[in-house]
Amino acid sequence: MLLRAAWRRAVSAVTAAAGSRPATPSRGLRLRVVDHAPQSAVHSDAAPEAEPVLRPLYMDVQATTPLDPRVLDAMLPYLINFYGNAHSRTHAYGWESEAAMERARQQVASLIGADPREIIFTSGATESNNIAIKELEAAIQPDTSLVSVMTVNNEIGVKQPIAEIGRICSSRKVYFHTDAAQAVGKIPLDVNDMKIDLMSISGHKIYGPKGVGAIYIRRRPRVRVEALQSGGGQERGMRSGTVPTPLVVGLGAACEVAQQEMEYDHERISKLAERLIEKITKSLPDVVMNGDPKHHYPGCINLSFAYVEGESLLMALKDVALSSGSACTSASLEPSYVLRAIGTDEDLAHSSIRFGIGRFTTEEEVDYTAEKCIQHVKRLREMSPLWEMVQDGIDLKSIKWTQH
Amino acid sequence: MLRSAAGAGRLRRAASALLLRSPRLPARELSAPAQLYHKKVVDHYENPGNVGSLDTTSKNVGTGLVGAPACSDVMKLQIQVDEKGKIVDARFKTFGCGSAIAPSSLATEWVKGKTVEEALTIKNTDIAKELCLPPVKLHCSMLAEDAIKAALADYKLKQEPTKGEAEK
Repeated sequence: MLLRAAWRRAVSAVTAAAGSRPATPSRGLRLRVVDHAPQSAVHSDAAPEAEPVLRPLYMDVQATTPLDPRVLDAMLPYLINFYGNAHSRTHAYGWESEAAMERARQQVASLIGADPREIIFTSGATESNNIAIKELEAAIQPDTSLVSVMTVNNEIGVKQPIAEIGRICSSRKVYFHTDAAQAVGKIPLDVNDMKIDLMSISGHKIYGPKGVGAIYIRRRPRVRVEALQSGGGQERGMRSGTVPTPLVVGLGAACEVAQQEMEYDHERISKLAERLIEKITKSLPDVVMNGDPKHHYPGCINLSFAYVEGESLLMALKDVALSSGSACTSASLEPSYVLRAIGTDEDLAHSSIRFGIGRFTTEEEVDYTAEKCIQHVKRLREMSPLWEMVQDGIDLKSIKWTQH
Repeated sequence: MLRSAAGAGRLRRAASALLLRSPRLPARELSAPAQLYHKKVVDHYENPGNVGSLDTTSKNVGTGLVGAPACSDVMKLQIQVDEKGKIVDARFKTFGCGSAIAPSSLATEWVKGKTVEEALTIKNTDIAKELCLPPVKLHCSMLAEDAIKAALADYKLKQEPTKGEAEK
């Protein structure tokens, strides 16, 4: 696989630079993590010839993504030697950190067609969302309102018609904010073509580090923002606090890599998504895909397996990291509000599983996940009274269920 | 997090090695549901003893169907009772998460060999305690108790016309 070779090369490049042997990735099917004698002085508890340790396959990229090795490469110098505060004006440490910060700002801006002066670094998309909404409350007048829409939904992968919404907002002189955490670097975005006034960006959704994000704030026409946190006036007074150079360098590198890889990633992920869906739907009846298939980001696949409950399926697929819209998996015991909003039947909402396909997902992982899924859905359907009733020709909607 | 290492070069090597080396973890048993549940729940889930169906039309079989798909919990529990009033066989089918499957499986194990009256005494708290269910999942054990009672009630109902005939 070209991509796996690229991943291995990237990983080797990072470790080779540091002087140790090439390390094998620790995630996957037949790969082993062999515990060689560690470089550090600490002795490990287990014997060096311990059994191979396999971690689950990662199919939950909507929750978070692994760091791209190229991003780590970019960040490391700023975690080790170049540790200056980017706002220190009086010495080289500060100057080199500031230069790195501005380079990162340019990288983020060019991914979305913005001017670097319109990018403010934050701690993540959540903070960016809060700044954007608070901005509304500060500027609110009787005839002003804000439209805030997710670009790509994190649960079902549906793409909203951003350009159209932007056009409508612009003609009505209404601010338009979009939370693009799941979209940046995955689908082409341009803040000017789409008439976006505010945009939230998240680092760890695009193979960058956690704890960093950005907010795009339009300058022409100027969008006024009220700061959430006050202090030393950094980031043009819109977000005080020392900008964490290693993190923003990581975010910038992630954006640059995303810009380069976007087309290739999209094509590859689309193929893998088709493969997964085809395999599953060919072998299993009564599988529903949640979300409009026409306006859909391929890497986020949400399937409902009728007559099988989501959490029981997750428990069966214990060597694959997945997520579900079932009530049993949420702390609040409420099923997914997104599925409810699109009108999914409640029992199908409880049967939903989200498969995330990302830059580093391999065909092998997709095949394995599909096979296990098919195997366990069949087993769980044998255990399901609902499946039995449907096989006997009973219409489930005609039954009066007991409440408890 | 970085362990003791002297010198910038060694620091850099250790940092890379550390970041790319995975910690010791048990093989494969890593998904949250499997990890959060007690081993007994996982056992019942992976090796359920009494999955299946009995003949619903038989006079000696009581069927209990409780729960609702909209609540993501549906249990069907069936018992087969002999002439002496002892439960000789039990089967279940469940639509629900691990902590719904395990109580219903355990319920079928517990009712076997008990008389109808003894089976009525099975409480959800006993089931929950046996499986070490977390507080948030206690309602699933309640449903299992309901399922047992529903099956017993159905069996009793089936016996009534016969009693009436015998009294005549």
